[in-house]
Amino acid sequence: MAGTSAGKTLAEKVWNAHVVRPGEGEGAARQPDLIYIDLHLVHEVTSPQAFEGLRLAGRKLRRPDLTIATEDHNTPTLDIDKPIADPTSRTQIETLRTNCKEFGVRLHSLGDAEQGIVHVVGPQLGLTQPGLTVVCGDSHTSTHGAFGALAFGIGTSEVEHVMATQTLSLKPFKTMAINVEGTLRPGVTAKDIILAVIAKIGTGGGQGYVLEYRGSAIRSLSMEARMTICNMSIEAGARAGMVAPDDTTFDYLKGRPHAPEGADWDAAVDYWRTLRSDDDAEFDAEVFLDADTLEPFVTWGTNPGQGVSLSQAVPDPDDFADENAKAAARRALDYMALEAGTPMKDIRVDTVFLGSCTNSRIEDLRIAADIIRGRSKAPNVRMMVVPGSARVRLEAEAEGLDKVFKEFGAEWRFAGCSMCLGMNPDQLAPGERCASTSNRNFEGRQGKGGRTHLVSPVVAAATAVRGTLSSPSDLDPINDDAVSRPAA
Amino acid sequence: MEKFSTHTGIGVPLRQSNVDTDQIIPAVYLKRITRSGFEDALFAAWRKQETFILNQEPFSRGSVLVAGPDFGTGSSREHAVWALKDYGFKVVLSSRFADIFRGNSGKQGLLAAEVAQDDIELIWKELENHPGTEVTVDLQAKTVVCGTLTAPFEIDDYTRWRLLEGLDDIGLTLQHEGDITAYEQTRPAWKPKTLPART
Repeated sequence: MAGTSAGKTLAEKVWNAHVVRPGEGEGAARQPDLIYIDLHLVHEVTSPQAFEGLRLAGRKLRRPDLTIATEDHNTPTLDIDKPIADPTSRTQIETLRTNCKEFGVRLHSLGDAEQGIVHVVGPQLGLTQPGLTVVCGDSHTSTHGAFGALAFGIGTSEVEHVMATQTLSLKPFKTMAINVEGTLRPGVTAKDIILAVIAKIGTGGGQGYVLEYRGSAIRSLSMEARMTICNMSIEAGARAGMVAPDDTTFDYLKGRPHAPEGADWDAAVDYWRTLRSDDDAEFDAEVFLDADTLEPFVTWGTNPGQGVSLSQAVPDPDDFADENAKAAARRALDYMALEAGTPMKDIRVDTVFLGSCTNSRIEDLRIAADIIRGRSKAPNVRMMVVPGSARVRLEAEAEGLDKVFKEFGAEWRFAGCSMCLGMNPDQLAPGERCASTSNRNFEGRQGKGGRTHLVSPVVAAATAVRGTLSSPSDLDPINDDAVSRPAA
Repeated sequence: MEKFSTHTGIGVPLRQSNVDTDQIIPAVYLKRITRSGFEDALFAAWRKQETFILNQEPFSRGSVLVAGPDFGTGSSREHAVWALKDYGFKVVLSSRFADIFRGNSGKQGLLAAEVAQDDIELIWKELENHPGTEVTVDLQAKTVVCGTLTAPFEIDDYTRWRLLEGLDDIGLTLQHEGDITAYEQTRPAWKPKTLPART
């Protein structure tokens, strides 16, 4: 971190408040700081080997009261009352249940109202709060930075380290300010901001940095939208993304099950209000993005940095200056079965996936439902809607959103990671093309041979109507009288 | 963890940037609950293609992977490191590693050595022109030797020290348990606790 001026960045303030033991030495030879972890989120995929490590070493889990587990990656989104069909998935889930019982960890299992994607569950319970350090054996832990927490993904060895010590040995991250000024146009969302940021700085551009999203466009975003942005910080190579907490944050938290109450709430808010980068703080790097001119953004390739505005065409690999980028683009077009020069809006999809820790919160579902309400789904397009948590699903059903999706012809599923990575049966078939609100368009990510275009919930919904990548402005107007809306 | 000082083995040129951890090990293999036995999962999709480098002799016996920039991006899965190690890789060379992958490597004794892209290109040429060429990686001297080329590599001093000494992180941290307990006394009472559960 820069740290030469008197002012501190948000990330530095949170870091400094968690140093258990500063690293010895100076400069490059300086050892890592020992950092305290306030909240450890656990799921079934990256934890079994860590629990086993504790067991083999005869160690206890130090702070079960700062640890919470949920089942998400392997869980089916249909027939959740039946035993999990895949025996390896079932074993992994059962292993988590046994481990949580043995080590005293709170677990929200399939069927529980608080079960769901780990990055949806933490915030909705009010456990994710400003100024915390939050870790999980999952790269999208960066999501929780939307609250002004320092939140980042770790590997299984580090999961075991946190279980045993409630700390991590870490070198300070560098800081990068992502300034987004202006007002988003209708139909342009947080997802488009982050896809544009990644296309701008590249998949390695954020490496070693904590990104702090700032500026008027960020301030005006809801918590759900901020989570979408912080979630994909990892796709720019960054460990973490953060937004300084403000009244939007406090309003979201107030009254949630684990939010502070009474005098504790006042003390917490007093502290939280100090969690902003000082005016004279220096960042190690700065990036600027104009919200006014931003358009819906979609990917054409096989890494999240390979994106363009929806109104543009598939780029020509020869137009890339860098040899590695050129080769990567050629390979991507081959895998995606796309030709340079094809307008993005001419690309026909087979499947639309609305879900994942990036875009499966209640606001995402509302936005998509608003677009499809009163419209018909394109024939031959399959649309899957997978709420981020059982709680989101219940909330959506209380608002009647499930009916909107079902009337449209979409599949209304149970909560989990689902087709974002296809560890459960929700996968693309080889060659199938998908407009997905998830976070990674890697080769085979959503199923062997599957082709992924990353999009916002707005574009996902419009695409399900037209059958080709689309924004709401491409849709025919609907006759409002014919639309049934739930009572306000 | 075993001590690492030098390693010599067949170099494998992987001319590709952005090799993400979904390519290194697809998610379907992450359902296992063991920490070993992932050799079959390494690059599982790519290994189905005959032309893939690891399907060619003598590269299939390689132990030093020489990859393009941004190696190990994406998912935090440590299984990527386990799969590389289980297959027989001791070292990965790249001009840029994703942070989490680099960290996971250091915990598991896989050396992720950062080599300038110009040197990577020279090593690629040497390995392609003379398949089976051995690469020597010296962690003490921080050098890579391939044919007539000797190139420096970067690694942070702390990780290098831990690899050289073969030190276990948790054991090191628990030497400071008193500091952890002292810190815990200073945490504000309103900080959230997961127990007892409130819903």
